[in-house]
Amino acid sequence: MKTKDLVIIGGGSAGMAAAVAAYDKGIRDILILERNEFLGGILNQCIHNGFGLTLFKEELTGPEFASRLIEQIKERKIEYKLHTYVTNISHDKVVTYSNAKEGVVELQAKAIVMAAGCYERNAGAIGIPGDRPAGILTAGQAQLFLNEYGYLVGKRVFILGSGDIGLIMARRLTLEGAKVLGVAEICAWSNGLNRNMVQCLYDYNIPLYLSHTVSKIVGKSRLEKVIISKVDERMQPIPGTEMEFDCDTLVLSIGLVPNNDLLNNAGAAKGRSRGALVNENFETTIDGIFSCGNVLHVHDLVDNVAMEATVAGRSAADYILGNLKRGDKKIAVQAGDGIGYVVPGEIDLSSASEALEFKFRVRKPSKNVYIVYKFNGEVVKKVFKPVIIPSEMEIQKMPKSLLKNDQGTIEVSLVQKEE
Amino acid sequence: MERELICICCPRGCHLKVDENLNVTGNFCPRGAAYGKQEVSNPTRVVTSSVRISHAELAMCPVKTKDPIPKGKIFDVMQSIINTHIEAPVHIGDVVIADVCGTGVDVVATRNMEKI
Amino acid sequence: MEDIIIIGAGAVGCFIARSLSRYELSTLVIEKENDVGDVTSMANSAIAHSGYDPVPGSNKAKFNVLGNRMMKEVCQDLDVAYEECGTLTVAIYDSQLPMLDELLERAKENGVPAKILTAEEVKAMEPNINPEVKGALLCPTGGIVNPFELTAHAMENACDNGVKLHLGEEVTDIKAENDHFLVKTTKGNYEAKIVINAAGLHSDDIAKMIEPISWTIHPRKGEYYVLNHYAKGLVNHVLFPLPSEKGKGILVTMTTSGNYLVGPSSEFVDDKEDLSTDTLTLANVKEQAKMLVPNIPFPEQIRCYAGLRSTPSTHDFIIEPSKAYESFINVAGIESPGLVSSPAIGEYVAKDLVGKLLPLKEKSDYQKTIRPYCHPQKMSVAERNALIAKDPRYGEIICDCEKVSIGEIEDVLSRSVPAKTVKAVKKRTRAGFGKCQGGFCQPKVINLLAKHYGISPIEVLYDKDDSQIVKEEVKKEA
Repeated sequence: MKTKDLVIIGGGSAGMAAAVAAYDKGIRDILILERNEFLGGILNQCIHNGFGLTLFKEELTGPEFASRLIEQIKERKIEYKLHTYVTNISHDKVVTYSNAKEGVVELQAKAIVMAAGCYERNAGAIGIPGDRPAGILTAGQAQLFLNEYGYLVGKRVFILGSGDIGLIMARRLTLEGAKVLGVAEICAWSNGLNRNMVQCLYDYNIPLYLSHTVSKIVGKSRLEKVIISKVDERMQPIPGTEMEFDCDTLVLSIGLVPNNDLLNNAGAAKGRSRGALVNENFETTIDGIFSCGNVLHVHDLVDNVAMEATVAGRSAADYILGNLKRGDKKIAVQAGDGIGYVVPGEIDLSSASEALEFKFRVRKPSKNVYIVYKFNGEVVKKVFKPVIIPSEMEIQKMPKSLLKNDQGTIEVSLVQKEE
Repeated sequence: MERELICICCPRGCHLKVDENLNVTGNFCPRGAAYGKQEVSNPTRVVTSSVRISHAELAMCPVKTKDPIPKGKIFDVMQSIINTHIEAPVHIGDVVIADVCGTGVDVVATRNMEKI
Repeated sequence: MEDIIIIGAGAVGCFIARSLSRYELSTLVIEKENDVGDVTSMANSAIAHSGYDPVPGSNKAKFNVLGNRMMKEVCQDLDVAYEECGTLTVAIYDSQLPMLDELLERAKENGVPAKILTAEEVKAMEPNINPEVKGALLCPTGGIVNPFELTAHAMENACDNGVKLHLGEEVTDIKAENDHFLVKTTKGNYEAKIVINAAGLHSDDIAKMIEPISWTIHPRKGEYYVLNHYAKGLVNHVLFPLPSEKGKGILVTMTTSGNYLVGPSSEFVDDKEDLSTDTLTLANVKEQAKMLVPNIPFPEQIRCYAGLRSTPSTHDFIIEPSKAYESFINVAGIESPGLVSSPAIGEYVAKDLVGKLLPLKEKSDYQKTIRPYCHPQKMSVAERNALIAKDPRYGEIICDCEKVSIGEIEDVLSRSVPAKTVKAVKKRTRAGFGKCQGGFCQPKVINLLAKHYGISPIEVLYDKDDSQIVKEEVKKEA
């Protein structure tokens, strides 16, 4: 069987950043496997700007950000295969991939970095009531058709979900000649970034209906109209609040889900984010298999993806070089009240760096709260936040020295500040 | 006339009020005041779109205005972008439309696309 | 002049066409949808019922049992996924146990192997079943079948043997002439000696074109959940509750592709095109299904759908010539267990009903099998590499969730019953059937369809006419 030191699944921002980091730590036998015809992943279709402010200190569009990473790959002559699809990863790190040129290839890797990104939640997953005609697409699909292939998916568009891609597409579709009739969001708050709310909706007078959802789809062949309703506190449509919109297209921006099938099938433990459970080095519960980027948990900024992947790539290099030892003691990290998930899901103090980093999302927007870290029941850290919202991932650091024991549980929770 | 805005500088999303003398209230920090003034006196935006490209692997080449342009000119700029067709190869930063709509700003390519 | 026109290319029409294609007859099939098996044959429970349930002596009992016995060979000949996994009809309450005995008697009368299992036996076979289970009727010959392949491959075999198929053409009128019928459609006029009405939900509308009829077809809707295939081992048999007057009840079953189906509801509707789902009905399906399997992983839901059963006012399959015309044959009201019955119905209609009217001379070059499909996922690495070396398109996978290659998609575009729509590709290859519901592969499938048929992506249909997925080319060169 052919061998590789490091196999990276996915040639998007996470995969490329991990490859570069591992290379720079001395690993040379690296292979990136990418299913699409280009490196860069979904960044290629994200032609709007706003990327790169943290990593490159300038505002870039998606393709520009991607090309910076592609240049780094090419400068280092890191090997990659396009149009190549990974069908399986085994527990002992055999990667099976398929492409037209080589056929099905099995490759024994010393380490693997999983960087396969995420997929979009769709109409099937939420079972929108009513008909199932053509004209219901995810925002990412509409984006691909418009930005890379040059096709408009519809002329009169309604958008369900206020996720960032949905907001971005509201503007893109408007600029390219479609009429965007409105955006419905089932939550009482927007799930997009403020700047997207302002620059994509308000700039073009596109109404946002908070606490609303699509309660019925009408159309036998192509979508004819959607009916939206206000929802109650259990998110159920309230009868009598219906509004009708004649439209040919419903664009869905209702969340992203880690595309983690390969690791699930390999037997890696799952985390609360629907990605794998990882430790502070982004190593999954399978030795030598690492996970980072949107396949681990969905990020809102690609800069954070690339930085996370850099850590994962370095860890993979350390593992290959024999410098990453996993101890037999670990600390579990749990999401407490008000917190959706926390990455990492466990910490091995023997291999952790001095500053531990926690990434998490809150469940709903809150003001004047503390993020409280309890270690084995005792508060070890408290961070005050005047404002915290689910659409922005929180990243907080904690010195390792605060943990006086190498076993137990850290619980991260949100506590309201008393008035 | 007083204008109401939502500040986009951070997730806080302060609700700003800006009066005719460009006095900003409702801001939590100085960045909000600066944003409020700019947004009322001369709102500008970077426009990102795509132009049709021949002899490339894809039909469309992404582009952007190299700098922000006045908000009121967005649709004029779009019309100019719609009317523009280019040929591969093209590289990031290549000028696709010079001085678009007299704004003094160029529209540039944002992706490297080789000739096939 | 055709010898025979078949109206409708659902499972029944497809198998009648297949049975007729054996003989020296000219047969034309006219279907109003843009694909075969696109209505009731597409949206059902995908089950090959054993036949324990229909009233003994009925057409349903007769054709179900015959069809079940044919299923294995038919699926082999037609390269259709089929699994004889057995069905369990489950009693949850002590009071239901006598009903199991009644069903066992009925199974015996219908000639269907069956046996009653104790609660312990059921729990051993089905670890996830409601622990309150009191017993079950096991019918080992019941199974699951891929309904999309069953219909499409039957018609493909018919077309390979010379049957003509017109898709996207709706019959608007039929006139009985002296010795033939004149069939008018949205696209032309045709003459035939024999007309077979296999128009499913619209079979009463078609029958009425030549004479008044005493029966009607009333659409009965069933709504389902589809779960992803991660939930391996959720059930190992088709699980039914005990039947009621509303039908076989809410079942939990796996599919031949490893997914799970939960449903169907049962509600009469007036609109024959109404395939909408609604929240209340589905919530009720969920509740009832929990009686069979309490911990169904509903977060693994990837889709909901609704199908319409062609429920006849006669309560039994109508398979007979019309009153006035011996050569106008109604094959109507084929609701459940229609899918498994269709091969037997096809044989009966061809041999017994058509055979009475026209001489059945067997073709010398008749082929009962179809050109086999490639199943790369079932192959060893070596077999796959041999295939890819011959045809590299099988190496490039484009459906992320179901791992379908370009080779498999292009194959179904060039068969004798070609997939013409995105949905037809989906039904034949499973591209778009997975967790992302075509999020990744649909744009690629559209491009492959456009390329193959030499059309623009804005002309590619999802399913019905006017169901284009992309509307307009932007910034088009003047």
